[in-house]
Amino acid sequence: MSLLEVKNLEVRFAMRKEELVALRDVSFKVEKGERLGIVGESGAGKSVAAFSILNLISKPGYISAGEIIFEGQDLTKLSPQQMSQIRGNRISMVFQDPMMTLNPVLTIGTQMTEALHAHQDISKEDAKQRAIETLAQVHIPSAATRFDQYPHELSGGMRQRVVIAIALITKPPLIIADEPTTALDVTIQAEIMDLMMELCRTSEVGLILITHDLGVISQMTQRAIVMYAGRIVEEGDTKDIINDAYHPYTHGLMDALPQKTTPGQRLNQIKGVMPALSSIPDGCAFNPRCPLVADICRTTIPDYSNIGSTRVACHKAAPRGS
Amino acid sequence: MAGNRLIKVDNLYKEFPIHKGFLDQLVIEKGRFVRKHESVKALSGVKLEVLKGESLCVVGESGCGKSTLARVVMGLIRPTQGEVLYQDQRIDNMGFNELLPYRKKMQMIFQNPYASLNPRMTVRQTLEEPISFHNPRLSEAEVNERVVGVTESVGVDPAWSDRYPHEFSGGQRQRISIARALAVDPEFIVADEPISALDVSIQAQVLNLLMNAREQRALTYLFITHDLAVVEHFGSRVAVMYLGTLCELAPTKKLFATPRHPYTQALLSAIPKLNQSSSDYIKLKGEVPTPVNLPSGCVFHGRCVHANERCKQEIPELKTYNDISVACHAVEEKRI
Amino acid sequence: MVAAKWNQFLDSGFYHDFSRDKTAIISFFILCVYVVFCFSAPLIAPFDPYDPTGIDIMDSEIPPVWLEGGDSRFLLGTDAQGRDLLSTILYGTRISMTIGICAVLLQAFLGISIGLIAGYRGGRIDNFLMRIADIQLSFSTLMVAIIFLAVFQALFGTELYERLAILMLILVIGVAEWPQYARTVRASVLAEKKKEYVDAVRVIGLRAPRIMFRHILPNTLSPILVISTVQVANAIVSEAALSFLGLGMPVTKPSLGSLINSGFEFIFSGSWWITIIPGIVLVILVLVMNLLGDFLRDVLNPKLYKN
Repeated sequence: MSLLEVKNLEVRFAMRKEELVALRDVSFKVEKGERLGIVGESGAGKSVAAFSILNLISKPGYISAGEIIFEGQDLTKLSPQQMSQIRGNRISMVFQDPMMTLNPVLTIGTQMTEALHAHQDISKEDAKQRAIETLAQVHIPSAATRFDQYPHELSGGMRQRVVIAIALITKPPLIIADEPTTALDVTIQAEIMDLMMELCRTSEVGLILITHDLGVISQMTQRAIVMYAGRIVEEGDTKDIINDAYHPYTHGLMDALPQKTTPGQRLNQIKGVMPALSSIPDGCAFNPRCPLVADICRTTIPDYSNIGSTRVACHKAAPRGS
Repeated sequence: MAGNRLIKVDNLYKEFPIHKGFLDQLVIEKGRFVRKHESVKALSGVKLEVLKGESLCVVGESGCGKSTLARVVMGLIRPTQGEVLYQDQRIDNMGFNELLPYRKKMQMIFQNPYASLNPRMTVRQTLEEPISFHNPRLSEAEVNERVVGVTESVGVDPAWSDRYPHEFSGGQRQRISIARALAVDPEFIVADEPISALDVSIQAQVLNLLMNAREQRALTYLFITHDLAVVEHFGSRVAVMYLGTLCELAPTKKLFATPRHPYTQALLSAIPKLNQSSSDYIKLKGEVPTPVNLPSGCVFHGRCVHANERCKQEIPELKTYNDISVACHAVEEKRI
Repeated sequence: MVAAKWNQFLDSGFYHDFSRDKTAIISFFILCVYVVFCFSAPLIAPFDPYDPTGIDIMDSEIPPVWLEGGDSRFLLGTDAQGRDLLSTILYGTRISMTIGICAVLLQAFLGISIGLIAGYRGGRIDNFLMRIADIQLSFSTLMVAIIFLAVFQALFGTELYERLAILMLILVIGVAEWPQYARTVRASVLAEKKKEYVDAVRVIGLRAPRIMFRHILPNTLSPILVISTVQVANAIVSEAALSFLGLGMPVTKPSLGSLINSGFEFIFSGSWWITIIPGIVLVILVLVMNLLGDFLRDVLNPKLYKN
């Protein structure tokens, strides 16, 4: 049994005039200790997918179809009380901006033990011991003194380490990280990525990493999902997605990177922009921007087909260059 | 060399006081009132030149002073000390009217496409303003013609020019923002992180647009960014900054092939690479010091593995070796 | 063009929120009724309360029609001087609203100019202007008004005062409350000034006044609109309070406040309507304006977004 299995998830937003479909037919699995990446541009639905796993989509959004099976339980059927026992306990989240996650008026220790006390029957002393251990685990020097400090006394990289420590303290089997390194500088990003990799490996924690940065996905994950306009367009082993993708959008994303072009030459741009949820075209959502577009793409939403380990939704799916 | 020089920044210092008012400055220390003068040292002695026709990229991490440098060069903030010269004419201390002819030659592109356009003005109004302000003799029809011209040149349909910014996507807004800068036919453009708020596929579009404009209009860029992949692609020379000082200045190819300064080496090794799951980046020890209390000597010495006694005491000067300039004692002493 | 703008308005989120908010709709409707009735008072009022020849002292203190002793000519009864209460209230509300709106226009003019300069210039100018605002705020509006109006009456006599009463009230209430505007405008100017579009026009080379009025001011209009509705209500209350204290509009040209005041001495002799009916009219007017102000604040301020 997989740790997490999302089946045909559909999320809608009930707007004033119409219902917008933010996610359609999203299915994926995360095995124990597996690191899965979700890539996409803003508005592709990658954050909505992550938030819906924890039932954190706020109104007017709601899960309109599908199942989210986590450790054998369907999360979509749980009551808010049952869900709060999962959230922060069995599944933790790490957000982009550590200052948004950390409460500036509480000490780091208080914020860490809070999560423990909420989910476990643990004495104050033990909780403190556990918090200091976890801080040391994320390589925060002099963890015992940091325990009594406030978030503003730490640097950006240290804060993100604390956020990761809070996510880890209940020893969850799954962590969802939403752009965990985007707000950080390159040198610190490298350290945080290194740390998360190490933790996933040593404690067998499953990771869902949401990012727009293909380099981060490539270094950190084993499998990757590419999303476009609320739908998974391609899923496969990360190295296949990076090197041997089948979907023209994935090709486009890779080719648009400056690394892929000789310096000074024009970059290979994808024409146009991703459609808003309210104006997704008929057929394949990517068809107005697609270089391989054919008549069928404008009328029929492509089904998923399996090619090797890759699952792709494209009528014209082909390896690069053909 | 001097005839080819467009901008010269000489020994630039900029400090932002933290405690502004007199009352804020008073602090009780050991039972006595003490007046505290703390300030953020955003720039500490930056020297650099921008040559005509080149794209000089300034890279560095947040808080290294690269945006402050851009703003000082554009005259948006006055330096605490030092000079900014435009073709050998000092412009940082100029009065409003003296500066006007230079405003037409130097323009700026901003980071946030959602904040850099006035939400209450249509695209046409936004673009008309600089044109008619700098060319008061133009008739309405001529101004309009130029607006249409510049709108088309950035790939935005002129038929949309009566719309407001919120009706456009982030990438289109950034195009409009670029159009506003190009509207007065400048020769020098400062671009402050122009693509970092955009999505990958849109980044490529905007970067191509900037490169087209460079060719068609013979522009010179001062390009501020933290994205090294973009630098490698776009820049002809690169300046690496750390805590308000310049570490290294070199032609792009040479910098990426053989970084000299230890900080540049660490920075380059930390870029996440495609097809490489190992993380063999250079680990820096310690943390970035605050720009309020700068370390003595070389600002990088606390994190540098090559640092010795001299680095802790003496501020390294930017020394030029052929076309590469490095500010590092270890490089100077040939230790690395 | 007008039709297009109108359709755009109907399509906007503002109209959407408005059409969902029953309180706002009712408030807006009542306010419209007030405005229409008051400003067409000379056309619809059955009597002209300012015309002494049309008043018969024998008609004084007639109760409203639905009470015993009511007279069908006087729908809401008459006051102590025999004036038709309905007509007097219509004319009085017109005076109250005129003073309220004009005083707020004066406040807005002073406050916006000072707030813009303080916020945009910053530094010493900002400190200086804001300390003046603090000093001004530390005196209550009523205290300033009472002192000023009392001194004026003592110096120049009641007769001149009665002629200039409307002007004086506008001036006093307008000057006393400008810091509200100055503070609001300054706060939003400080926020707007940091945005890159302001840097962009500075790079173009525009002068400070043009940046302040053409670029920054239009972006601070939402908070100005929000406080304006509440400020008009406040100004009307201030005027009523002053008139009630005998420092406002003279009895010959009564505003709602002076009308309440004039009837106050008869309240225990049974003629309660002279005070109570204008009182209700005033309370409803102030209430709907405050409710509309709340609605505008909720809609225009995304920080207070309600689910």
